[in-house]
Amino acid sequence: MGGSSPCASCKLLRRRCAKDCIFAPYFPPDDPHKFSIVHKVFGASNVSKMLQELPVHQRADAVSSLVYEATARMRDPVYGCVGAISYLQNQVSQLQMQLAVAQAEILCIQMQQEPTLPTNQIDPVDKKSLLLSATNVNNIPQYLGFASSSSVIQDPLKRESLWT
Amino acid sequence: MQNLTTTMSNSTRCAACKSLRRRCSQDCVLAPYFPANNPQRFACVHRIYGASNVTKILEKLPVESRSDAADCMTFEASSRIQDPVYGSTQTIFKLQQQIVQTQYEIAKVQAELAMHNAQQQMHQIQQQQDHQNQNHLLGQSSLMNVNSAASEQEEEFHYLDQQQLGGFYH
Repeated sequence: MGGSSPCASCKLLRRRCAKDCIFAPYFPPDDPHKFSIVHKVFGASNVSKMLQELPVHQRADAVSSLVYEATARMRDPVYGCVGAISYLQNQVSQLQMQLAVAQAEILCIQMQQEPTLPTNQIDPVDKKSLLLSATNVNNIPQYLGFASSSSVIQDPLKRESLWT
Repeated sequence: MQNLTTTMSNSTRCAACKSLRRRCSQDCVLAPYFPANNPQRFACVHRIYGASNVTKILEKLPVESRSDAADCMTFEASSRIQDPVYGSTQTIFKLQQQIVQTQYEIAKVQAELAMHNAQQQMHQIQQQQDHQNQNHLLGQSSLMNVNSAASEQEEEFHYLDQQQLGGFYH
């Protein structure tokens, strides 16, 4: 390998780091923790197989998502990433309810301002049915019904800066 | 006979042991979560995590948590097979985007509500002012009536007085 140091994976696996080492571009020697986590959860040979099946320009993103999933699994050994998904789904549901309530209020105001309507007040029963019809919670695809866990969520995923 | 009591026969091996072509012992860690009737489930998990990693992860967990853990790993493994680049992080990313979008829409609607409330308040203030002005005008006009009535009466009295005085002097 000449004068350059072996990549983090070859260091951990105690082997010679070849010039065409598949891990070297994505697991630099200055960040051993990154490969250690991935190796613990997925195993070096599985990661190697997964990367080999991908075109080169997609491997960096794949490594980053594997690191993210492995980190999630270490933080929450039972639910891993699924805990995060469940937590986010709950958040989405709550926000959509909030939105539905606000939209129903606007609808009420608009109807009150309609000159053709005979009454100034809307019946509370009608208000409830308006609220229910404005709610679109049922349209949310429910991926899973697992216990939600916010312990996994750290920084929001940003495609541009996710994979650092 | 002893073999049958201590190990499971070929037909009752779990999906993991069947796939790995090994004996399935009674205390097989994987057996409760990877039954023989669903070989695809184990194949998924084995492809992404590997049997030994799955076993290690499950062994470290209390028994009551292992079923959920196995289900979650199966989900993540199948997500990874469907999307080899992003796996289940794709779902997380989409949900985060959905949250941002919904928060934006809530802010929009709340701004509209605030505007309506402000307009209503202004309308009420205007109505109050108009009412006050009306009262003021009414007050003034009734005062004028009182004044004119008072001055008429004064003139009448004055006339009467003069009459009386006139009568007196004559």
